Amino acid sequence: MIKMKYREAVRAGLREALKSDPRVFLMGEDVGRYGGTYACSHGLLEEFGPERVRDTPLSESTFVGAGIGAALGGMRPIVEVMTVNFSLLALDQIVNNAATIRHMSGGQFSVPLIVRMATGAGRQVAAQHSHSLEGWYAHIPGIKVVPPATPADAKGMLLSALREPDPVFIFEHAMLYPMEGEIEDNAGPVDISTAAVRRPGTDVTLITFGGSLWKALEAADQLAASGIEAEVIDLRVLRPLDTPTILASVGKTHRAVVVDEAWRTGSFAAEISARIMEGAFYDLDAPVARVCSAEVPIPYPKHLEDAALPQAASIVKTVQEMLHG
Amino acid sequence: MAEFVMPSLGADMEAGTLVAWLKKPGEAVKKGDIIAEVETDKGIIEIESFMTGLLEKTLVEPMTKVPVGTALAIIREEGKPSAEPKSALPVSGAPPQPAVAPVSPTPPAPVTEPGRLRVSPSAKQLAAELGVDLILVKGTGPGGGISRADVEAAAAQARGERRGARIASAAGSAADRLLRMRQAIAAAMARSKREIPHYYVSTTIDMGKALSWLTEENLKRPMKDRLLYGVLLLKAVALALREVPELNALWKGNQVVRSDAIHVGVAISLRSGGLVAPALHDTDRQSLDDLMRNFRDLVTRARAGGLRSSELSDPTITVTSLGEQGVESVYAVIYPPQVAIVGFGKVVERPWVVDKQVVPRSVLTATLSADHRVSDGHRGGLFLAAVDRLLQEPERL
Repeated sequence: MIKMKYREAVRAGLREALKSDPRVFLMGEDVGRYGGTYACSHGLLEEFGPERVRDTPLSESTFVGAGIGAALGGMRPIVEVMTVNFSLLALDQIVNNAATIRHMSGGQFSVPLIVRMATGAGRQVAAQHSHSLEGWYAHIPGIKVVPPATPADAKGMLLSALREPDPVFIFEHAMLYPMEGEIEDNAGPVDISTAAVRRPGTDVTLITFGGSLWKALEAADQLAASGIEAEVIDLRVLRPLDTPTILASVGKTHRAVVVDEAWRTGSFAAEISARIMEGAFYDLDAPVARVCSAEVPIPYPKHLEDAALPQAASIVKTVQEMLHG
Repeated sequence: MAEFVMPSLGADMEAGTLVAWLKKPGEAVKKGDIIAEVETDKGIIEIESFMTGLLEKTLVEPMTKVPVGTALAIIREEGKPSAEPKSALPVSGAPPQPAVAPVSPTPPAPVTEPGRLRVSPSAKQLAAELGVDLILVKGTGPGGGISRADVEAAAAQARGERRGARIASAAGSAADRLLRMRQAIAAAMARSKREIPHYYVSTTIDMGKALSWLTEENLKRPMKDRLLYGVLLLKAVALALREVPELNALWKGNQVVRSDAIHVGVAISLRSGGLVAPALHDTDRQSLDDLMRNFRDLVTRARAGGLRSSELSDPTITVTSLGEQGVESVYAVIYPPQVAIVGFGKVVERPWVVDKQVVPRSVLTATLSADHRVSDGHRGGLFLAAVDRLLQEPERL
């Protein structure tokens, strides 16, 4: 095992992808000369040249569309979109083309496209750069949606995505890039179909993913000090969602709190709540609770931004209210 | 490995007191072996093992009262390895809000219908398993709802109270026992009349052939082996059930479950008051002599207090005879979850028309009370006709 930052793990995954498959190329805003907005592709232009590490104009619709075309033509494009907020410009390409072409061509064509983008708040970059819209993407059939929460998943999910015949959307929480974690020396592809229990517990299940995983784990540590053992589930894959892991845990703990940095209304947290209601109603000992972001554009000032987001403290408070009435 | 649980010895039984272990941990047990004694409202009952294996460990100490379904011991099957048991912010339509929200918005308090208990789904199931009445449970969960912990606390308290009550009446005076049996009968019969739509059909049966055949048969037997006409009735009922199997069934959940085996329960009044109705297993397959012997044994044990668990839990229909008391017809109340009960009156001499001649005949009135959810009068009538027909050929019973 070695220590590696999340962004280094992404970079290691990109390098391995470029080395191992000549069809792979990177494309996006500032991925080349600048080395990537979050420095994920730093040094790759020098190593692999401008044919395979391509800076694009500021037009998400154009370069995501180009990625779809390249994938249809037999390439393995890895497209970086700077933030999920900007990806909305490419929604037509994603929803109407990437996700539908296999279906609409009767299986004659597939789109083996990887789109990576940063998501989430916490860096004081204000409302147009801070939202968590991965739940919107998880609504769409025809694509896979993964939000890696650890360096090992950041690298491994990218490599696994290369083996998928259909589009895979990777959501990297921007607060995770500088985070350091343990990873195998030669870490390779990982399973991208199941959730993981990151901390076993008996009293309540915290269900979360991506950047919120670490807040949930911190909350679980605090709860343990007061004698409450929380089980923490990292969903790892939002579509297709691993429901059995959720239901098995709720069957054991009888309580569930969903932690999701998106807004509560119409959120992915709502989807998880509904699945629990459908599959584990008779196991529940308390209503499912959600810890989500305040329903406001994510604020710029630090104290307001902190107040708007799920935090370990708000997770702890929610669990305590659930257990002690 | 299986859990050996406190059996339900009737719909009215909620809990039982483990009186003694008759097998020790480590001892081999065979299916049908009596391994424990349990005191219920019906007296001390011997509990049989339902499987063959090794009594691995006992989980409940003697003189402990536990709810039905509680694991009493672990029995390991032969050849199996040992194992342990194991804010909402306003949604659209609300006026615009300043962009400051509470850190942890709470969802709006749900509206609970007046009179409806706030209880978690899981707690509700647990309460059913432990026999806890939710009306009496104080909720301390979210929003004052009843949680699993609340149900567990209530069950523990109830156990404590029952144990206290037991200790208080350690001798268990006869009056107490009678009172408890009366309460158990009250619960079962009230439930029966509340839930079961009874219908009644009755017929008068000519017992002439049966009685004269019986007299002849008894002449061949020593006094102690003589047959009573009651066993003819039991056997006739059992055989008639083969023809109308919907009466030989139990009402479980919200549906009827027919029983392949025919275990006729026999109502036996106890000298101290009250009654029990233990089963004569596989009544339809027993010879009249076996039935007579087993019936005598059952009556003796019922009155002395030595019934077995399976005898109380297995009946699939009940027969009650009040002829000895001079009763002519019996309109009996079904014992849930059974779906039928047959009542027999006394044999009386009546003027009877045979071939347009009035002759004296010994007749008896048979009445079927049956659950109309399960069968209709038409089938009930066919059943009584079958009983009548079978009693006209006593030599074939």
